[in-house]
Amino acid sequence: MFAAPYALFLALVFAYPLGLAVWISFHDYFFAAPGAQVDRPFVGLENYRAVLGDPDVQRAFFNVAVFLVINVPLTVVLSLVLATGLNSVTRARTFLRLSYYVPYVTASVALVGVWLFLFSSGGLVNEVLGPLAPSPSWLVNSKLAMPVIALFVTWKQMGFFILLYLAALQGVSRELYDAAAVDGANRFRSFMNVTVPGVRTATALVVILATITGANLFTEPYLLTNGGGPDGASASPVFVMYQKGIEQGNPDTASAIGVILVLLVLAISLVNRKLLERD
Amino acid sequence: MKRTFLTTSVAVLALGITAACGSDSGSGDAKSASGPIKVWLSNNPEEIAWGKAMVKEWNAENSDQKVTAQEIPAGKTSEEVIGAAITAGNAPCLVFNTSPAAVPQFEKQGGLVPLDEFKDGKSYVEERSGEQAEQYQSPDGKFYQIPWKQNPVMIFYNKDMFKQAGLDPENPPLKTYDEFLATSKKLVDSNAAPAAIQPSPTSEFFQSWFDFYPLYAAESGGKQTIEDGKATFADQAGKDVWNFWAQMYKDGYTPQEKYDGDAFADKKSAMAVVGPWAIAVYKGKVNWGAVPVPTKEGMDASEVHTFSDAKNIGLYSACENQKTAWEVLKFATSEDQDNKLLETSGQMPIRTDLATTYADYFASHPDYKAFADQASRTVEVPNVPNSVEIWQEIRDNFSSAVIFAKTSVDESIKAAASKADELANQS
Repeated sequence: MFAAPYALFLALVFAYPLGLAVWISFHDYFFAAPGAQVDRPFVGLENYRAVLGDPDVQRAFFNVAVFLVINVPLTVVLSLVLATGLNSVTRARTFLRLSYYVPYVTASVALVGVWLFLFSSGGLVNEVLGPLAPSPSWLVNSKLAMPVIALFVTWKQMGFFILLYLAALQGVSRELYDAAAVDGANRFRSFMNVTVPGVRTATALVVILATITGANLFTEPYLLTNGGGPDGASASPVFVMYQKGIEQGNPDTASAIGVILVLLVLAISLVNRKLLERD
Repeated sequence: MKRTFLTTSVAVLALGITAACGSDSGSGDAKSASGPIKVWLSNNPEEIAWGKAMVKEWNAENSDQKVTAQEIPAGKTSEEVIGAAITAGNAPCLVFNTSPAAVPQFEKQGGLVPLDEFKDGKSYVEERSGEQAEQYQSPDGKFYQIPWKQNPVMIFYNKDMFKQAGLDPENPPLKTYDEFLATSKKLVDSNAAPAAIQPSPTSEFFQSWFDFYPLYAAESGGKQTIEDGKATFADQAGKDVWNFWAQMYKDGYTPQEKYDGDAFADKKSAMAVVGPWAIAVYKGKVNWGAVPVPTKEGMDASEVHTFSDAKNIGLYSACENQKTAWEVLKFATSEDQDNKLLETSGQMPIRTDLATTYADYFASHPDYKAFADQASRTVEVPNVPNSVEIWQEIRDNFSSAVIFAKTSVDESIKAAASKADELANQS
């Protein structure tokens, strides 16, 4: 009974739009004025056939796969290492924790401005690299644009994941570290054999959350690479959904992409959970 | 608990699906109704100033049909905000910033009132805009927008940079593609400018209106990208334009990366593709000159066509007092109000005999004369179904072949035209 308000919230905010999106994806649907008489016939799998055969959509799914392959492992490794470091720091602890958390709570638009300053053709990174700077430059290089975005998102989200790991680290018994030290384990062995297994549940959560947020990538290709550029190399499925659903007035095909994305993320998350939470 | 959650979810889902399936309700006879109305204005300061003054004048004479004006609510683009308002049923009566490219979509949504349904609707539009009105007619022959004002696109150039590069700043060699390329080379090689010209290389559907389309309008002698339901732009004129820009990018005269800011004002680029709005913007910042867009072999300025960059006025179906809205629309596009718009914003009303009707204005503002002359030879985006999707196809293929040289121009332009044919003939 106490959970009823939350259940209602979930139903209204998640189940209803999801159900509507599924319904839209099986119809020839477009947004119309309340008074307009419009025909929205059932079209079966036609929208799914259209998007699965669309090279732009295929490319967007490939792009986001590249993003996840870089972003998720990097997020897990860096968050855990930094959380472990922060957990053992005694001086300037609050300052350091806050420093990692600031990008997470800062508006993406402001952070994108900073990264443009760093990674544009005449940006700071290229100034430092000099003749070693890539050509074409980072954000207009079809091979580098997505990795730069993955790096950006990793950095931006890391504060939150560090927080999760810090909480998990409080549950790892001090005695295990003492026992490892008695057995002659150095800091690396101790990290690998005590810390990593000790926070496995948190790792499963981090992997699943990073996958879900990563699969919903939109702001960065929209702002950092100016609309999924160069030449679609950083377009994500959600960005293509935006183009088709909002800009072009085709919410039916956009919904089909959304449903496919939900199913894929669900499948990846289930596999992750199975792999990471097993005993 | 699980059962409660499941039951609630199923109920909400069912509600959603029922809502989605439900038929829409019609509104009353708003066409003949008079009363207060709301209008949206574009959010640039000049148009807001004009709009507020216009509304004040109307309200002074029509206290029983009061107009309330506000800026278009914030959003990524005006078109998205208007589209959402149509769906929600809370669009205003008039929007003084309706993009012609978005009209087919708004029309499909049932969001626009055909102006022909007013007794003097069609005749008013045609008398005011003359032959140019035809470009704004929908495939069903009706006017769902009134052609309001345009910003004919020309090339602005920085006279100081041209002088520094050893070029004649009063007669710059920019008529033909060869001249344009040679001039660009001089500008960049002499370090007078980091880039010769810098149209945005990003992938938004509308960016082609400021690189490909003005040059295609010129090279083709005034063709739209789609005519009679068929794509025209894969012809020799289209290929020549794509190849010209491809050369500009290949030679590094035009950067592949977007400049965050105004490249022309910041002296990062020696030229810019702009409309008459730029005169006020660059006044005192850049010592500029203006020429028509180039063509392959060169044309006399009096023959060159360009893209209109027009913004029109739509009367929206959610309006309850459409008779008043129509009267306000005519008032706002009267000769007197057009004069005030011209004086406040420098944008060109789409009406016949612009230069002679406002001869005094152009005599006292000679900078605007070239744009007024160009205004009689403008090409609008074609009014066809799936307009935005077609422009996105053009942009994506242009981006691939021209900006990033990943594919061949011939193949990409053909692919874009083939897709445009398919989309233009869908409902």
